[in-house]
Amino acid sequence: MAAIEILDLEKSYLVGFWRKRPKLALRPLRLTIEAGEVFGFLGPNGAGKTTTLKLLMGLVFPTAGTARLLGRAMDDPAVKSQIGFLPEQPYFYDHLSARELLNYYGQLSGVPAKGRSARVEQMLERVGLSDSAGVQLRKFSKGMLQRVGLAQAILHDPKLVFLDEPMSGLDPMGRREVRDLIQQLRSEGKTVFFSTHILSDAEALCDRVGVIHQGELRGVGAVAELMTGTQGKIEIIFYAQKVPASLTALGAEARVSGDMVNAVLPEEQQDAALEVLRREHLKLISLAPVRRSLEEYYIQKLRPTEVQNTEVQNEEKQNEARRNRNGQNEAATDEDLRKEKQEDRKGVGA
Amino acid sequence: MNPRIGYIAFNTFREAVRDRVLYNLIAFALVLSGAAIIVGEISIDIERLVVVNLGLTAVSLFGVVIAIFIGIGLVSKEIDKRTLYTVLSRPVRRWEFVVGKFFGLTGTLVVNTFLMAVGVFLALLYVNNKFERMDLWVLAALYFIVLQFLIVCALALFFSSFSTPLMSAVFTFALFVIGNLAEDMRALARATHGAAVWLATGIAYLVPNFSALNVISQVAHGDPIPARLILYNTVYALLYSAMAISGAVLIFQRRNLK
Repeated sequence: MAAIEILDLEKSYLVGFWRKRPKLALRPLRLTIEAGEVFGFLGPNGAGKTTTLKLLMGLVFPTAGTARLLGRAMDDPAVKSQIGFLPEQPYFYDHLSARELLNYYGQLSGVPAKGRSARVEQMLERVGLSDSAGVQLRKFSKGMLQRVGLAQAILHDPKLVFLDEPMSGLDPMGRREVRDLIQQLRSEGKTVFFSTHILSDAEALCDRVGVIHQGELRGVGAVAELMTGTQGKIEIIFYAQKVPASLTALGAEARVSGDMVNAVLPEEQQDAALEVLRREHLKLISLAPVRRSLEEYYIQKLRPTEVQNTEVQNEEKQNEARRNRNGQNEAATDEDLRKEKQEDRKGVGA
Repeated sequence: MNPRIGYIAFNTFREAVRDRVLYNLIAFALVLSGAAIIVGEISIDIERLVVVNLGLTAVSLFGVVIAIFIGIGLVSKEIDKRTLYTVLSRPVRRWEFVVGKFFGLTGTLVVNTFLMAVGVFLALLYVNNKFERMDLWVLAALYFIVLQFLIVCALALFFSSFSTPLMSAVFTFALFVIGNLAEDMRALARATHGAAVWLATGIAYLVPNFSALNVISQVAHGDPIPARLILYNTVYALLYSAMAISGAVLIFQRRNLK
């Protein structure tokens, strides 16, 4: 079952003195997140991530389109008790202590009075705030507030959790704890939708990611697939004091570090490169295809559409040339690339 | 009452108390005890008149200032500080939030007024050495002051649902001042001729009639308050507040939170 179905959700604001000039904050967005999935919503600041989350939370109203959360209309109040939300840089009632705040939110979320206190204590323990539970939030650091934010988002045991920049403002230890928490939520079968611009977090946590830029969804893909996609290059590491000239002649980009050489070269030169190593009696340490990182995918998606199209065309030309050279061996890789591009186009068209 | 409205109201009350809003009571106590001591020294036979006049006017002004300055921030502060996000992402409807905030502030003002009323009666006891039957009408005047607070809170909420806090304060205070002249405006409307009569009558009846809710002078002179006026003022204040709150809800329901 889809946990989130975003159906052409669109938002524009009227700006200017007379409020007549529309400014598009989110182009029509179509996206489906399955139940139990951890989905990362990536994009630079001002890309439209927070606007999307605010639309889904009913904090701003869409200009067009709608969304369904857990099979219900997004503005259905009944669905809100199944949702947890952590806003970006959250602020809370600073006259309350962490315990009082969670109790208040528990009341508003309909957590039964019996067992509410125990649940609050459990959440405080889970985010490591038991010792500061009675302190007013005005005395909390930014990191501690973020922890309170996480606790309030999962307090009522929601099925679907939205986190807007959950790692923002946290020290490395705090970030690690948030990662662990998201992993725990995944293992409990929750659906997690989180926005971030920290790619390593998305890489480590997400099943799928979507890249949004200038209010437009530029691409969606499974992290595992995005990262297994090769770039038609291999990386060879071997023991040597200098780079053999015959290897450079094969088009290798090599660098020497200590008594090791790290060379990257086109994968069609793999056999020739191994032959060079054999001939020169050099000891091979490793040989592996160069995998695309999430960062490369992200940066590619952030480029203007015309540049992306040119890159895709170039890539297709390279693939065709490679297919001609290598025959059937490349078919599987091309199929992967084709699938991935189809996914991307679906996302862009959405 | 819807439990969520109660939770929001209680949180609003708790916030006001912890933000030391009730500290105004210290200033009130100083004003009143100072006045009581001074009139005890200088006036002959008009101690009660001065204490009731001064005491009830102070109760009204302190309360109106609190109602305006907290009322205009009830919703706008929550939007600015984004505390609203984690409330409205829960099963809380927007109207419940507005109504809960309204009840929270009026609750704060009722407690504040009760404590100030205790001060007024203590001052009366100090200058008269006993309570008289006509002191009961002071309770009616205090009740009318609370009704004024209901309207002022509702207006502050209404203006703050579409305007900046500063402008909301200006609008609300202006309406409070004009509303205290409502009876004069109505008399003026009756004396108007031609096309202007509709406009003058419309404005006179649109502004809140605070002058009908101000019986401080009567009770200071020991005049009784008719039961009919109590009933009329109660219905009027409840209807007027309900209309202003409904307006605030209608605007807030459609508002995009930045």
